[in-house]
Amino acid sequence: MTATTTATTPPAPPAGQPGPARGARATLAAALLSLNGLRRLGTYLLLGLVAAVATGPDGTADEPLGAVRDSILDPRIVVFLLLAVALWLVVAAAPLARPLVTTLIARVREPVVASGLPQHRYAPIVTNLVLLAIAILAPLFLSGAARQALVNDIGIYALLALGLNVVIGYAGLLDLGYIAFFAIGAYATAYFTTDKALPVHSPFLLNPFLVMPIALILAAIAGVILGGPTLRLRGDYLAIVTLGFGEIIHLIANNADNLTNGPRGAFGVPHLSINMLGLEYDWGNDPMPYYYVLLVIVVAVMIAFGRLERSRIGRSWAAIREDEIAAEATGVPTLKMKLLAFAIGASVSGFAGVLFASKQFFNPQSFSLQASFLVVTLVIFGGMGSRLGVVVGVAVLQGLAYYLRDPVPPTDRYIYFGAVVILMMIFRPQGLIPSRRRKREIQLSEQGVGGADSLGGARPEGAQA
Amino acid sequence: MSRHRRGDAVVAPRQAPTGAPSAPGAPGEDLVVDARDLTLRFGGVTSLDGVSLRQRRGEILAVIGPNGAGKTSLFNCLTGAYRPQHGRVFFSPEPGTTHQLVGRRPHAITKLGIARTFQNIRLFPALSALENVQVGIEMRQRYGSLSTMLGLPHMRRAEREGVGRAVELLRMVGLEHRIHEVSASLPYGEQRRLEIARALGTEPRLLLLDEPAAGTNPAEKRELAELIQTIAANGISVLLIEHDMRLVMSVAASVVVLNFGRVIAHGTPAEVQRDPAVIEAYLGTENGESTADAAGAAADAPALGRKDLD
Repeated sequence: MTATTTATTPPAPPAGQPGPARGARATLAAALLSLNGLRRLGTYLLLGLVAAVATGPDGTADEPLGAVRDSILDPRIVVFLLLAVALWLVVAAAPLARPLVTTLIARVREPVVASGLPQHRYAPIVTNLVLLAIAILAPLFLSGAARQALVNDIGIYALLALGLNVVIGYAGLLDLGYIAFFAIGAYATAYFTTDKALPVHSPFLLNPFLVMPIALILAAIAGVILGGPTLRLRGDYLAIVTLGFGEIIHLIANNADNLTNGPRGAFGVPHLSINMLGLEYDWGNDPMPYYYVLLVIVVAVMIAFGRLERSRIGRSWAAIREDEIAAEATGVPTLKMKLLAFAIGASVSGFAGVLFASKQFFNPQSFSLQASFLVVTLVIFGGMGSRLGVVVGVAVLQGLAYYLRDPVPPTDRYIYFGAVVILMMIFRPQGLIPSRRRKREIQLSEQGVGGADSLGGARPEGAQA
Repeated sequence: MSRHRRGDAVVAPRQAPTGAPSAPGAPGEDLVVDARDLTLRFGGVTSLDGVSLRQRRGEILAVIGPNGAGKTSLFNCLTGAYRPQHGRVFFSPEPGTTHQLVGRRPHAITKLGIARTFQNIRLFPALSALENVQVGIEMRQRYGSLSTMLGLPHMRRAEREGVGRAVELLRMVGLEHRIHEVSASLPYGEQRRLEIARALGTEPRLLLLDEPAAGTNPAEKRELAELIQTIAANGISVLLIEHDMRLVMSVAASVVVLNFGRVIAHGTPAEVQRDPAVIEAYLGTENGESTADAAGAAADAPALGRKDLD
């Protein structure tokens, strides 16, 4: 909310903290032994089990479930379960440390608090700056291979997940063919920037930076073409249609040999480069320059989407998610707003496609159904509707996948991603770092208020007769 | 389907004793809504059977009738949520301009100037009271996604104005102390008023209220009656579905009675309550269906009616 709402009263400060010592012990016991505490213990134990199986020995073709048996019987599992219990204790004790932290912050920032501004306004800014600093400095401590993963698996996917977050998190639409727009962006780059990568090429060749707006618009148009007829469908049907669309694009990429070079993919797309006004720079093979470009773009997209979320457009999306019929009756053009979400999501995906194509070789495998599911997984894991959550979710999940690449073969990765998503949906549907609005919606729908379901299922009544 | 205005006969126009409301349909009359011969069927069930309804500009018109009479169906036809099989609805937001509504989508009808509330409250539960009203106000704002993402000044200005107007409306319905509260956590009566504020945010020329007094206590009902009169005094026509006859008597200039999807009576509240067809519909002759509210109100109709007709 803007600070200009003079007539509005500021939200009440958080409730008083419980008294020290005895109160703290009671709080801890409650946090541990309440239904929620026990539920959390269950989640962590299951996560530990998944981690144990994921990093355990592999099965063989004769005995595919041997892996599960061996890793559960292995004494290693004790370590994982102990870690789970430790995590449970730490999470339960964390709120106890909060008063300490807030008094510390208050002491540091006394004059500001005295001026009457609620201090919690500053907390997110500080957190964000710290996170940004980590993002800027982190790659300096990483190996070459890790830097590559940082760009290919985290940077690009953070952008993709931010785009899909508009569709799933804001508008509440489930899009399972999201990666198709990524493919459109990547192939458009190959088409417009070089005459070598694809059997066909544009009559004039462009710098990859100039292809960015083209890819953005192309992907948005594709999104509108796909969305126009299908967004009238409700939740599950929309998912199926988008799934089909993703497959169509993937199959075209794979089979139209004389258009896309088929399964061999596109080689030789030029790297990003600037050569104008006396400025000359080539991004080359080193991942670091790409990383910083991606960082700038991801931050810019996060800021832009944050504004979107807090604007009339974001409120219309929230209204559609929560009660589509009431939204229509309140004058929200629901179809148009959904189409807008679709187009914005698609254009971000197309944009990411340009960066991806100019960074490295690609073939249709990069745009498989699995990649679509991966992005959906990342959004759900990070927290639907939460920009920061989505990006942190990408970093955590993709980072884990990178560090566990030796014990967990890439072919098995999706099994464990699947397990993580199932656990998240059962125990923490709001995701790693939930958006406040979304969290409220989920709580309310658990109490039977409102039609908000996590993936955009609207109530069946009241359609056009 | 070309039809004569058969529906008019059903309305059974009467001359009001005080002489104030004249017979509807007179040439040159300034109607805000002129619904003609609406028929709505769901499979074999006929929900509306040739219903016609006329409302003068600025008037508070009440639609009453037993449960299942088709009142809410009528609202849904007027607002585009249902599409009647035949019949037409003419809506005139300003004198001289008329739009045909059947076949338009609900948001387009809202944009033309009809807003509504719902019988079973439909707020955006996880949004705050302020945000609920903002959604209504912002449907008239024009700034797009690009200027939003860039944070252009005209968009910020529009947003500030929207907040200001929303606060104004919340004050008007008496919710200024609830601005930042999640709408689902408000008490029932306040949720009803918030819904009215949200509807007013769309700048309607006609406001449809679907049982606004349901589940509210007597004090809230009095406030509601005042609120409805304030709204009408601001030049907004009000079409009201209500079971509470006291409320209807105190605010409505005329009443339309529906039963089994047909208009069975139309006139001032006092006339309607004396109408044998209405008494029969509410008290029942054979099937024994009755609504205590209406029966009680029908009994003391003269007393209440006198006050209203002055």
